[in-house]
Amino acid sequence: MNLAGYRLARRDKASRKLAVVAPVVALLLSIALNFALYMAMGKNPVAVFQAMLIEPVISWPAFSEVLLKMTPLLLIAQGLAAGFRAKVINIGAEGQFILGAIFASAVPVWFPQISGLWVWPLMIVLGGIGGMLWAVVPAIWRVRLNASEILVTLMMSLIAAQLLNFLLVGPWKDPMGFNFPQSVIFPLDATLPLILPGTRVNVALAIALIWSVACWVYLQRSFQGYQLMVGGLAPQAAGYAGYSQSRAVWMSLLIGGLAAGLAGASEVAGPVGQLQRSIASGYGYSAIIVAYLGGLHPVGIVFSSLLIAILYIGGDNAMVSAGLPVAAVRVFQGSLLVCYLAAITLVRYRVIREPKGIRA
Amino acid sequence: MPVPLLSIRGLSKSYGAVHANRGIDLTVEKGSIHAILGENGAGKSTLMKLIYGVESPDAGQVSWQGKPVRPTSPAEARKLGIGMVFQHFSLFETLTVVENISLIVPGRTAALVTRIRDLGREYGLEVDPRAHVHSLSVGERQRVEIIRCLMTDPDLLILDEPTSVLPQQSVARLFDTLRRLRDRGVSILFISHKLEEIRAICDHATILRDGAVTGTVDPRDHDATDLATMMIGRDMPALPPATAHKPGKVALELAGLDHTPDDPFGQPLSKVALRLHQGEVLGIAGVSGNGQAELARLISGEVTLPDHRAAEVLMLGQAAGDLGAAARRALGFAFVPEERLGRGAVPEMSLADNTLLTAHRAGLVRRGMIDRAREAQFTATCIRDFDVRTPGPRTEAGALSGGNLQKFIVGREIMLAPRLLFVSQPTWGVDIGAATAIRRRLVAMRDAGAAVLIISEEIEELFEICDRVQVLNAGRLSPSMKVRDIRVEDVGRHMIGAAEGGAA
Repeated sequence: MNLAGYRLARRDKASRKLAVVAPVVALLLSIALNFALYMAMGKNPVAVFQAMLIEPVISWPAFSEVLLKMTPLLLIAQGLAAGFRAKVINIGAEGQFILGAIFASAVPVWFPQISGLWVWPLMIVLGGIGGMLWAVVPAIWRVRLNASEILVTLMMSLIAAQLLNFLLVGPWKDPMGFNFPQSVIFPLDATLPLILPGTRVNVALAIALIWSVACWVYLQRSFQGYQLMVGGLAPQAAGYAGYSQSRAVWMSLLIGGLAAGLAGASEVAGPVGQLQRSIASGYGYSAIIVAYLGGLHPVGIVFSSLLIAILYIGGDNAMVSAGLPVAAVRVFQGSLLVCYLAAITLVRYRVIREPKGIRA
Repeated sequence: MPVPLLSIRGLSKSYGAVHANRGIDLTVEKGSIHAILGENGAGKSTLMKLIYGVESPDAGQVSWQGKPVRPTSPAEARKLGIGMVFQHFSLFETLTVVENISLIVPGRTAALVTRIRDLGREYGLEVDPRAHVHSLSVGERQRVEIIRCLMTDPDLLILDEPTSVLPQQSVARLFDTLRRLRDRGVSILFISHKLEEIRAICDHATILRDGAVTGTVDPRDHDATDLATMMIGRDMPALPPATAHKPGKVALELAGLDHTPDDPFGQPLSKVALRLHQGEVLGIAGVSGNGQAELARLISGEVTLPDHRAAEVLMLGQAAGDLGAAARRALGFAFVPEERLGRGAVPEMSLADNTLLTAHRAGLVRRGMIDRAREAQFTATCIRDFDVRTPGPRTEAGALSGGNLQKFIVGREIMLAPRLLFVSQPTWGVDIGAATAIRRRLVAMRDAGAAVLIISEEIEELFEICDRVQVLNAGRLSPSMKVRDIRVEDVGRHMIGAAEGGAA
């Protein structure tokens, strides 16, 4: 690459310091960009950022909502990161999330009177299974037919959304629900216990944190996690060492599907409390941003999921208090990812100036 | 005397410490087919890149039809009248022939189709202009590349190893085309290391070794042995190793292996047979591209055979043809591939993590978890024992020099104490000190009773460390020769496929 006498040269060693600094720089840069955008829109940028970035973290009720939003993002992003490291790009977490929600909902929908402390754990487990099953299809297609998992996972998400619609306008519609496309409201034992008094934060946050530790152990300490990384960084080296590519595809997609399924289950059994169309609100896609923003590292992802959750809550605030359109939040998320990808380049490359007059 | 078409004086080019071209002189007459002959790494490709404007020289003078020129890009070279056909084709497979050509040559499609047909008839380069490139054979693709060059009416056509991708019957046809071109006044620079072909078609030959010209001859006046000596070098290697070993059990046996690789540019292997015993070093000589890469993958298990052919590869007493790379390693096999970065090591990972790549079976992984302490210990031992110059085990593999990384990979594989060790190009790009150290280690492995298989282009190296050699040429492996009983020329003859022809 050569631009006006400057070019990028690879560093001998990725800079660890810059790897930590890069997301912070990206955040500041995207704040600056959006600052200009809000000015151009005639909004008061200081008020917008106040509503968007500050208010969600200074009051406990608002911050507890951030934690609630963070939970599904954290779950899904940790799972996706394993696959992304192996360059198995599962962008269909949204569909796996929906299937997790559907599987979990089967219990209270079919047995509306059900009770017992084992009900919500069963729903969580079923949700994880549902998400995994939805990821089995792209895994088989990739391993047997060499079909791109990027396309197949994405298309499976569209199918999942239609399946959800079908259930909600058909067999699973609440008969007492005034014809709204939603299921019965779940009984108490089919919802997740709250863990922080006075808030809606439930046990799923604890599950997400345990899941994060498990992912850290798997990716950073286990030999399988290492093999996934080798397959992503240097496929020829994985072949040379005799690591199985199909196992890498299977593990990547199953872990991603499991994570998304858990998130789907904890969403319907958590804050929503019934199966409805609006559960498919894009967590599966946002989690892709979260995973990359966290540097595909389990620790980084904890921070990036928190940041994106703040933006979700803060965006809602800004819409109400500063009259910002809903698209503005998406623009902020998008510009954050773009800035991050630009900044992360500098972790591995440095800019050097081309000497002039080299040509005869 | 008429002015030569192309005249080069004292052309030099260095890449860092490597002198790829040193004071090259070359004169190409009009209407001549001129061979550039040399081993891999002799500087042939660099010289062509300098002529074609891909690289610019550090020193020296290029004259084109008597006038000094300095092309700084292929486009400028084409404007002068120089065309080049590269070894690997640059055609879009999803486009048709005429669409590919229209990307470079201006003009309406119908007119281009007519010209393609005309050129095809005139020079024996028939190809359907409307055909999609993916449906064409390798020979036909090469014809498309040549036609594309001819569309710009060049005075000089450079062909980089044009026959290396062609089956035998297409070679005769290509030569017919080249003679017709010569008869119409086009000069041709023909890069090759196949001596018989050069003797068949070229009227001049410039021989390169180590970046310098070692001879300019009329190839028709010399036999293949002469040319081989000029190409390989006169300095004969030191004494063959004094071996008094009784060969042990058979460690590796290939019994007449046939194999067609998936890659259309790959070299098919035909009836490859070898037998290697414990306590023995077997070398496979020959110029790269004659099936070395394909053979290496079949032995390493990166390419496997179907179940019913498993017995065609016998490894350490077991039918191993259908076993993958990991399963073969479990038998006691270790391998150093010719590509160090990206295959033998992961460039973005530290040396310690690269140890794990194949040494995980040496107790570095327990119950699925990486034992970091043992990993560090193994890495430190490897760095110390094999004299790897590096700031430490946390350095990324990609930051090491080629020679140091090679020492690291060889060290890692030797430390696994294999019963069968396979090393491809052990000292490519490695400085002399490190190369000697690596060779000594390989011989020590043999003396300790391991079977060692080596693929190398360097004949001197093979004579230094091998007990026996076989030569791989055009996908066929010569019979085994005891190093004690032969001379470099014998290997050279097999290398160029002249042994059966009796040309020498």
